Parts: sequence; C-alpha cells; structure tokens
Amino acid sequence: MFGYAIRRVLSALPVVLIAVTACFFILRLAPGGPFDGERALPPETLANLRAHYNLDLPLIQQYGIYVGRLLQGDFGPSMVYNDFTVAQMLWIGLPFTLMLGFTAFVVGTVAGLVAGSLSAVNQNKLPDYVLVMLVMVGLVVPNFLMASILQLVFGVYLDWFPAGGWKPGSLQHLVLPVIVLALPHAGRTARLMRGSMIEVLGTNYVRTARSKGLGTRLILARHAIKPALLPVVSYLGPGLSYLLTGSLVVEQVFALPGIGKYFISAALNRDYGLVLGTTILYMLIILAVNLLVDILYAWLDPKVRYD
Amino acid sequence: MKFAQILKATATAGVIAMAMTGGASAITLNMMNGSEPGSIDPHKASGDWENRIIGDYIEGLMAEDANADAIPGQAESYTVSDDGLVYTFKLRPGIVWSDGVPVTAGDFVFAFQRLFDPKTASDYAYLQFPILNGSEISDGSITDFSQLGVKAIDDTTVEITLEGPTPYFLQALTHYTAYPVPKHVIDKVGDGWTKVENIVSNGPYTIKEWVPGSYIKSVKSDTYYDAANVNIDEVNYFVQDDLAAALARYRAGEYDILTDIPSDQAEWIKTNLPGQDFFAPFLGVYYYVINQEKAPFDNADLRKALSMTINRDVIGPDVLGTGELPAYGWVPEGTANYEGVDPYQPSWIGLSYEERVAEAKGIMEGLGYTAATPLTLQLKYNTNDNHQRVAVAIASMWEQIGVKAELFNSETAVHYDSLRAGDFEVGRAGWLLDYSDPSNTLDLLTTGIMQDGAMNWGNNYGRYSNDEFDGLMKSAASENDLAARAKMLGDAEKIAMDETGAIPIYWYIAQNVVTPTITGFQNNAKDIHRTRWLSKAE
Repeated sequence: MFGYAIRRVLSALPVVLIAVTACFFILRLAPGGPFDGERALPPETLANLRAHYNLDLPLIQQYGIYVGRLLQGDFGPSMVYNDFTVAQMLWIGLPFTLMLGFTAFVVGTVAGLVAGSLSAVNQNKLPDYVLVMLVMVGLVVPNFLMASILQLVFGVYLDWFPAGGWKPGSLQHLVLPVIVLALPHAGRTARLMRGSMIEVLGTNYVRTARSKGLGTRLILARHAIKPALLPVVSYLGPGLSYLLTGSLVVEQVFALPGIGKYFISAALNRDYGLVLGTTILYMLIILAVNLLVDILYAWLDPKVRYD
Repeated sequence: MKFAQILKATATAGVIAMAMTGGASAITLNMMNGSEPGSIDPHKASGDWENRIIGDYIEGLMAEDANADAIPGQAESYTVSDDGLVYTFKLRPGIVWSDGVPVTAGDFVFAFQRLFDPKTASDYAYLQFPILNGSEISDGSITDFSQLGVKAIDDTTVEITLEGPTPYFLQALTHYTAYPVPKHVIDKVGDGWTKVENIVSNGPYTIKEWVPGSYIKSVKSDTYYDAANVNIDEVNYFVQDDLAAALARYRAGEYDILTDIPSDQAEWIKTNLPGQDFFAPFLGVYYYVINQEKAPFDNADLRKALSMTINRDVIGPDVLGTGELPAYGWVPEGTANYEGVDPYQPSWIGLSYEERVAEAKGIMEGLGYTAATPLTLQLKYNTNDNHQRVAVAIASMWEQIGVKAELFNSETAVHYDSLRAGDFEVGRAGWLLDYSDPSNTLDLLTTGIMQDGAMNWGNNYGRYSNDEFDGLMKSAASENDLAARAKMLGDAEKIAMDETGAIPIYWYIAQNVVTPTITGFQNNAKDIHRTRWLSKAE
C-alpha cells in the first residue's frame, strides 16, 4: 500500500506541472493586466511596477523564474497585496478554509446520513415528505441566497448568531457559515442514503431478518446501514473536495479569513501570483483528497487492488 | 445595624466595581472598511479603504480636520515664499514615533525619496510630482536623490521646493503619499516594516493586529501629541466586500459605520434608519467617454446630441435611487481654488427635456440618422449592477434620437484596458478627485503626449484634443495669482464642455451609514473622516 501511495504521488507531479504551465499562460493571454485599474498610471510608474514584478521580461523567461521559485516553495509576490507574499497569504488563510470545510463535511455528512435513513425507513409517510422537501431546499437554493437568508433571520431578526466576521476560536461565528456550506452536501448525501437504504430495505436478507422477528432498529444497525453506505462513501471524496475548495461565496458573504475569496478577486485583479498560488493549492487539495479516497477504498473493499 | 453596614459595604463595592469595569472597557469603533487592504505602507497603498487605516496611524506635515480641510499635522506652522515655490515647515516640538524615537525632518526627506525611488514602484507617486525633480527621480533620469526638492534644514525644519506654483499643494500634503515613514525601522527591516511586530506610528492610532481577510485592529497611541482629545480607544477596520451582508451586519449591531451600501437599499435605509444615512456629494464625476478618433464621434454636434438626450434628472433619484446630482460640467461644485467661476452650464440647460430631445433629433437627422437608419454604437462599461442600470437607461433615452446602443460589459481590468487602447466607441468611466482643485479633473481632457513614438493619452480615454484648451491648462499651471488661474481653468472647462469632450452624467455621492451613538461624523467633499474626530457613546 505504501508503494501504491508513492506511485500515485509521483504520477501526480506531471499533472501539477501541466496545470501550472497552462494556468500561467492562459492568465497572460487574458486581456487586461494587474495594473489596469480605473486610472491610467503614468508611464514611468508603470515601467517601475513592471520591472518590480519582472513583467518586462520575455514571457518564457518569466515562466522559468516562476517555476524555479515554485520548486523552492516560493509562490512569489502578490501584485495587489503588497504587505504579504502569496505564500504567506495562503498560509494564513488555508487553516481556516480547511477547518471550515472539514467542519461542514462532518456536519453535512452526519446530517445527510441521518436524514436519508429516517426518510427511507418512513418512506412515503409524513416525515419522509418533510425531509425530502428540506433536502430539496438545501440542494436548490443557491448558497449566496441561503447565506443572506440565514444572515437576516438568525443574525438580524433573531440575533442568535453573529451575522458575519470571525474571532479566532469562536464557535458562534462558525454556525451560520458551516450550515450554508454543509446544506447542499447534506442534501446530496441524504438523497443517496435514502435511495440506497430503500433498496437495501427491500432486499431478501432484510426481509429474512424481519421475518425472524428482529426490531427495525436492530435490522438497521446490524444489516442495513453498512451495505447502504457504500454508494454514499464513493460520493464523500468529491464531496469533501467540493467543500474544501467551494467556500468562496460563504467566505465572501460572511467576511471570513479563508483563501476562497482570493480565488475570485485575484482572477479579477489579474493578480498573477495569487491566482496561480490559489490554483496550485486547490489542485493539491483535490489530488490529496482523491488519493486519500482511493487508499481508503482499497482498505475498505478488498476487491480493489493496489496496482 | 450590622446588616445595614454590610448592605452599605456591598453596595459601595458594587458601585466601585461597576465604575471600574466601566472605566476599563475600551470604546471600540467597528468600521465596515470594504476590500482587503493591499498595503498599509503609504507608498504602496492605492485605495480609500487603505487610506482610512493609514490616515489613522500616520500623520503627514498637514492633516485633515473633521471637514477634511488641511490643517497643520506634524508641522506646527509653515511659511510659503512669495513666488509660491518654497514651503518651509516647522515640526511640532516633542513629536515621536510610537516606539519613542523622535519624528525628525530626516524622516520626511527619507519618505519622499523612497516615494519617488523607482525601486519602490509607488502607484500614486505622481500625486507629488509638483515637488522639484520628483518626476525625474521616478523615471530614473535623475539618480541622485539629494536633488529632490525636499530638504531637512535641521531636525525640526523641512523645506520643500516645487516645480511651479501649486495652489493645492498643502492639500496634496494631506494625501498618504506625503506621509513620513520611520527611517529607523525601515533601515532595520526594510519593506517588512508594516508587519504588526515591526510597525510604529506617529498618528492618533497604532496598528495592533492584522488578520488578512478579516480585520485590522488599531489602538489609540499615547505618544500622539493630541492624544488627550482622541476619544475612541480602538478601531476595527473590517474587510467586507459583500455589501448586502454588510448592511445585515450593521443592522445586527456588528458595525458602527458602513462606508458603502448596496445602492438598491438606499431608499430602504433612508426610510428605516432615519438620521443614519450620511449620503452627500463628494468630489467625483461619473461620465461617459466618446472615442473622438472614430467617425462619426469626431463630430461635436453629434456628441452634443448624445449628451443632451440624457435625462440626468432621473438617473440619481430614480435609476440609482441614491439621489446623485446631475452633472453638466467637468469640475464638481465645491472644488477649491475655483472661486469666481460659475458652475458650467451648457447652452441647452434652459430647455425642457422634450425640447432637448427634439433639438437632438434634429441634429441627428441632419447627419442622416433616424429611427429607420439608426446610428449603431457600442456602449462599454465595467461589470457592475449600477453601471448596467445607468447604461440601460441611457440606451433607451438615445433610442428616441435614432441611436441604437449595444451594451457590452467586461470586468474592470479588461474594460479599462480597452478604453486605454482606444478600442471602444462610448465607454463608462469615473474620476474621484485626488485633491480639491479643478486641474485634477480638467487634466483628464488634455491632449496626450508623444512618448517613444506612440501617443500616451493617459486618462484621456476619449482622446479629446483642443489646442486652446491645452494652452489654457498650460498657462494655468504656471499662474501664481489664484483668481487669474481660476479664470483660465474656467475658460478651459467651458471650451471642453461646449464641444462635449466627454459626457458628464452625475456627481458621485458618498454613501456612509453611521449609527446614532457615533458623533462628530461630518459629510464632506472628500469623504474623509478621520477617527480622531469621532466619539462614541457606549
């Protein structure tokens, strides 16, 4: 298994290099540059700025410099945020984004599994209808709207939670962002769980268990949940990647200090260094999650081989 | 008896405890400050959200009062030579950086040299180009920094020599590009001096904490010379890009001041938060540029027709809902150094809107454009709800005179890139004045200069060019008599506007919302409100 992991990591390297290269050149092809703001800068200022960021060199040489630095773990300077390097900004924001994403993942997964199971057990009864409706709401209401609604209801009218912002260590500040981020994930998990649970509940071995006189709880715990989980587990990998990299809107609306919002603002500002930095970091997160899922899979299911 | 004593003692202790907690709790101002600061180094900053933080922790020779007018800051007094070229500033006695090191004339000399140093690559260095040799040092043609027109006569005397008389120079000194930086810290840690562990201040506040993407916290500086009159103990400048969320957080009591609002909520705020809306005009103009290198837009009559068909009276109150005032001229009302010049009014100002449309229609028909054979033009704007609303409204107004406008929006960088490249017909632009002087907007219409074989049009996107206008601007730049200078600039404005060198649409409006516990917040033409003038009732 160790050899398998090493092989997977090595095979990811060319992927990273290709992505960095593509991203580097596509960005430069986009019209407009980091210094195209509302005001035209005087030519001498523009020349100074371009020299400062090596933008006056031939593109291929800039690429060489960038990759050279990257190999040493240096993401270079940001062209908009002068007081921090890209690496510093990502380093400060990443723990928050990871914490937010993982929390939402745990909350969403648990909520989804419970809701899905309850729905399946009560199929076509009132609790099922209510839950299915809630799941649909979680799935179809876009997160920027959901964020505003929760902010107004729980932050302004009821005043139960802060309407935004972040204080290190404050759970209260996390409640609304985590709910907004977790809802679609919970919805998808619940739908999968409901479907596969209904299927499992209709199988012969469950019927046998029932006919033996086992109670519903026991049947669920012993016989139904495990097999019903399999399709859900295969969704959890992409689900986790999505939560870790999909916090941009939530971070923006709740003014949270993660890296998600840089992803948009840096692209709009043509902040070349920061766009590349966030892209690379997101790519590494996704690659790592995929690797983790594959290894877990192999571990969970002996039919999968490490070759 | 004993019981009464105990009761008394308890009550006294309680009162003392309450008084102590009351005294110990800091008065905190929570400000919604907009975007993440790009830098809090005054030589590298470029936005008003950075200015709010920087102007609270560093003070220049001149500072702003509550009305944002220039008052002596680190300088106690100054004298100006008769020819208006040499300013001599006497620093206040005993001023120090927050680490106790004295603020000296040397800090100012060092700061200006750093500002113009090509290696600093300061975006806004050009605001101080009136200073002798500033521009030359910036473009590298002078490498000996001692030739810069900023000298330390002794530790407490700064002498600044200018290229030419500059009536707005004291005001330009209130801008952060003119702020001192701590030489003793920069010598030690270089550009890292703005890190929280290194930073020192000479203003009313000191930076204490910076959580990127979240907030910057400043606390009152005891070493500031006017600390006795600074009321607020702590300021949190919150990063908040989402304006709807900002309003929700204000309503939840998390912010005391909003520096911007979602404009579709302006009416709601006026009705539901009475007395908290501080919406007031400030120096800035929202306008459309017309590419005068492209036919038929080189025709002044056609430009006039386009301009007079825009019903400016409905744009501020109805299309945007914030009540922006209609703009017909190029210099905002209330701009300094413009005494004796009446606000510009076009020849057609006396006509009713219907009459204007009829006249414009006549002009267009004369040029062969009718509803059946319309003039098709592309109207470009940078992607934004408000710009879109204005563009849609204006496009429909133009339809009446046989103009078919195709709307085209793109993100800011792309939009301005195409404006600068001349790749547009009509485009949206805006200008907030850097300092209160008519030359600051009128310069937008001066002819470009030839550089390395290509025309550099700077901010004159429409490429308006008129020799007489350029001549007036040039003579005004070296005119020492304020009244004569104002007259020249006024004549220049009239020339450019009579030819519709660009289409002014409305004067910008500052959109602050301030909670009733805050006092001392004054609407002003620069929309600058330093925290030292504010108080907060707990």
